[in-house]
Amino acid sequence: MSFVELKDVTLDYASDQGITRAIEQVTLAIEQGEFVAIAGPSGCGKTTILKLVAGLLPATQGSVTVDGAAVRGPLKIVGMAFQNPTLLPWRTTLENVLLPLEIVEPHKRAYRQDARPYVQAAHTLLETVGLDGFADRQPWQLSGGMQQRTSLCRALIHEPRILLLDEPFGALDAFTREELWGVLQTLWRERGCTVILVTHDLREAVYLANTVYVMSRRPGRLISRTSVNLPRPRTLEDTFRPEFIEYVHEIRRQITEALA
Amino acid sequence: MKNKLLEYGLPVGVIIGTFILWEIGGLIFKLDEFILPRPSVVFAAFLKWQHAIWPNAWQTLFTTLIGFGLAIVGGLFLGLVIGYSKLLYSALYPLLIGFNSIPKAALVPVLVIWFGIGTVPAILTAFLISFFPIVVNVATGLATLEPELQDVLRSLGASRVEIFTKVGFPRSLPYFFGSLKVAATLAFVGAVIAELGASNAGIGYLMVNASARFDVPLVFAGLLVVAAMGIALYAIFAVMERRFTAWAYRG
Repeated sequence: MSFVELKDVTLDYASDQGITRAIEQVTLAIEQGEFVAIAGPSGCGKTTILKLVAGLLPATQGSVTVDGAAVRGPLKIVGMAFQNPTLLPWRTTLENVLLPLEIVEPHKRAYRQDARPYVQAAHTLLETVGLDGFADRQPWQLSGGMQQRTSLCRALIHEPRILLLDEPFGALDAFTREELWGVLQTLWRERGCTVILVTHDLREAVYLANTVYVMSRRPGRLISRTSVNLPRPRTLEDTFRPEFIEYVHEIRRQITEALA
Repeated sequence: MKNKLLEYGLPVGVIIGTFILWEIGGLIFKLDEFILPRPSVVFAAFLKWQHAIWPNAWQTLFTTLIGFGLAIVGGLFLGLVIGYSKLLYSALYPLLIGFNSIPKAALVPVLVIWFGIGTVPAILTAFLISFFPIVVNVATGLATLEPELQDVLRSLGASRVEIFTKVGFPRSLPYFFGSLKVAATLAFVGAVIAELGASNAGIGYLMVNASARFDVPLVFAGLLVVAAMGIALYAIFAVMERRFTAWAYRG
């Protein structure tokens, strides 16, 4: 059995226009430590898959299991980051990163008794993403890219086994985005957690993922699965190599077919 | 340093300037003291009637603060409730709007029938008039909470209470303090309205008596005392707002 499994999952939600089907018959298996990217046109239900795995939404039909157990509510072993960094403006960068420790057991208890090792861990994380020296800044004093780095650190501080990323670099400029690909790859390789990344940037998907799934337009179905067999660590240089470009073209072709 | 001086000095200067203009205007146009007494005359009346003004000012301050305190507690509670529940929001909002549309002066006679003349109607009027802005603002602060912010916490398994204490409460604090500044001044309005018609103590009562004796300078002295207390209470909440929600003002 795989670490994360979706079996024939369909999700309907009620809206003013009646019932909308977000995703349909999605079946997906993700191994522990795998880096999966889900690509597809906007509004195709990619985010829905993340919310199902996180336990924020119940499936209408089908089953979602994580680590062998059916998902019935929010899982405490996930970290999430969104396109919007969603930092709390009344907290400093460091305090924002430490937020999950005030909520997730068993960290909550240990953190309350002795915060020092956690603060140290937060500093180390901030250093990894290139934010040492910014721990005591307020979020609005940081650039968009720095806020997104902080958001990544917050998603990782409680050592989640699954990292769910919803277009985390979607709002950033191209240079910052590509730089953060490298940062994310480093974090993933260091920590070995399972990552599900939702994106509409195919280069981003190929750069980061072991496996790229493509979704159709709404109601979203998985229409293809591509294993990216490129050596790690991948670099920005690699994105200009023919084999990399070949992958991007292939996935692009699948999406074009799906839209036709 | 220069900016700080300007920030605190300017408002004081504007107030003093207003009094000076008023004084000069009164002298130039030879205004009757019975129509619009000059500030110097008003101040003389204040000194002359000090012994009567102080206890009545205390009475007004006391009733205002109790009414306002009740409004904070009640407004915070109701604001939290309707801010969190869309259902209760739509259920209760029309009633609240209707209630707030009633002129509070029109309620004073009713309160007198219920509670008699005295302190209680003044407290209740202060409460009723300052309650609404607190409810609306706290509810708005909570209702406009970004769903992603809640998702971050929910995905960690946070309880509703935790989401409230970590995000909902701090997020609505600027709204809360904003409403307190409005509500604090309204509370004085409420207390004085009640005292004007249905009391035997307070600045409002003092003003009714003074105007019955055609002592217009004393009426104005009463008005200025209420204004001064309003400014003082406003300043207290403005300082608290700065302290607790500095993040919302970005330095």
